[in-house]
Amino acid sequence: MTIKNKAYIAGAFEHPTRHAPDKSVAQLHAEVARGALEDAGLTKNDIDGYFCGGDAPGTGPLSMVDYMNLKVRHVDSTNIGGSSYIAHVAHAAEAIAAGKCNVALITLAGRPRSEGTAGGVPPRTDNPVQPDFAWEQPFGLATVNAYGLCAMRHMHEFGTTAEQFAWVKVAASHHAQHNPNAVLRDLVTVEQVVKSPMISDPIHRLDCCVISDGGGALIVARPEIAKNLKRPLVKVIGAGEAPKHQMGGNVDLTYSAAVWSGPTAFAEAGIKPADVKYVSVYDSFTVTVVIQLEDLGFCAKGKGGPFVADGNLISGQGKLPFNTDGGGLCNNHPAHRGGMTKVIEAVRQLRGEAHPAVQVKNCDIALAHGTGGLLGTRHGAATLILERE
Amino acid sequence: MDATDNSPEVKAFWEALADGRFLVRRCTDCSRAHWYPRGVCPFCFSGGTEWVDGSGRGTIYSYSVMRRVQTPYAIAYVTLEEGPTMMTNIVDCSFDDLRIGQAVRLSIQKRADGLSLPMFTPA
Repeated sequence: MTIKNKAYIAGAFEHPTRHAPDKSVAQLHAEVARGALEDAGLTKNDIDGYFCGGDAPGTGPLSMVDYMNLKVRHVDSTNIGGSSYIAHVAHAAEAIAAGKCNVALITLAGRPRSEGTAGGVPPRTDNPVQPDFAWEQPFGLATVNAYGLCAMRHMHEFGTTAEQFAWVKVAASHHAQHNPNAVLRDLVTVEQVVKSPMISDPIHRLDCCVISDGGGALIVARPEIAKNLKRPLVKVIGAGEAPKHQMGGNVDLTYSAAVWSGPTAFAEAGIKPADVKYVSVYDSFTVTVVIQLEDLGFCAKGKGGPFVADGNLISGQGKLPFNTDGGGLCNNHPAHRGGMTKVIEAVRQLRGEAHPAVQVKNCDIALAHGTGGLLGTRHGAATLILERE
Repeated sequence: MDATDNSPEVKAFWEALADGRFLVRRCTDCSRAHWYPRGVCPFCFSGGTEWVDGSGRGTIYSYSVMRRVQTPYAIAYVTLEEGPTMMTNIVDCSFDDLRIGQAVRLSIQKRADGLSLPMFTPA
């Protein structure tokens, strides 16, 4: 069974807030759900499937369906970190294709900025019962140095430079200047990135994503329902997902699980990387983008540095416009989980509703891809290919 | 509860390390060493794995020096002579002189709370 043509993204909403000290996380989930329903032209009672990730307060989906008072017949709380919401779109399409639900709601929300759980520098406080904990946490595994390990190895193996990584941030800033909600709206230069303070070698402050409160939601609907709505039609045509880890000690940091999720998605969609007009690709750090673009086949392994340089990711300038909302690097990284906003901006592009300064012309096929967890230890990848109908 | 106290599966590792011995887990069926240590072989899924003395020799696969903290430290992946690659810290060295591929040797470091940890230092 394929999910190609079996479901549409009928609603998409990104919360405008980036700092929400006066709201609860559950409230943010409900607010983004309201926004996505309004965008789709549907109501709460139309929802019969609910999807959330590990950011949702409570046991899996239970507290959130209670808070929002949803009557659903299908739930899925697959948690592969920040890439969860990209996988949820595929899972929703599967559920719709299998007749398990007709209208699926996916929500994400969090308040890391208000709660002071900010930063990739403090050692991670994962669950001590997880079997890998004792072999990583005592050595000061944080978020930023987990990605630093990947970036150092990439530089060593392929000669990637700090300036090439910096171009990813520069491109994101070119897009964020047009987004009034973005946390960072100032244009930055390669020089500013590489001269920003070193956080954990070779990652500078400006190689990192922002920390923001907020959230987003999506409505995935059965074709008959989506076609009766007034919104442009954005169809799911392919998806893939895969985890990658330390493989018993055969650690190889030069690639991500996108080497598996990407080809699966392209095969299902029946397209090639060259057919993609716009990519939303998870940008927790600049290195994350470089490795994923290689793994997805937009350039050869090891050539990601030259590929992203010289503005190649800037809409209207380069060959592969990416993250035209400013991405996690400049716009928004709600709940430290960037997958949701990746799908939302891809939907905007396919609808022709991105900011005019960054809208990709004739954007008929878009790809959203995420990495959740840590690229340097274990992570889940999810790839989603969407087509404007 | 300390991170290293909660698993009977690997208790022997931490006890041996406190006594100055560095153990590596190896499969009794496929003979391959793995990391982190497990009771079930992650390669052939055999339930027979055993402790063997590790050489404590390895090379740096990658590293990253955390700078924006009170006491900077180098996290690293070290590929052991026995095969597997493990996360660790590189200590007693100039961080600016570290390089990928560099030979390192085990240096058991006692944390303030008395816990011994398997770290490495340039060979």
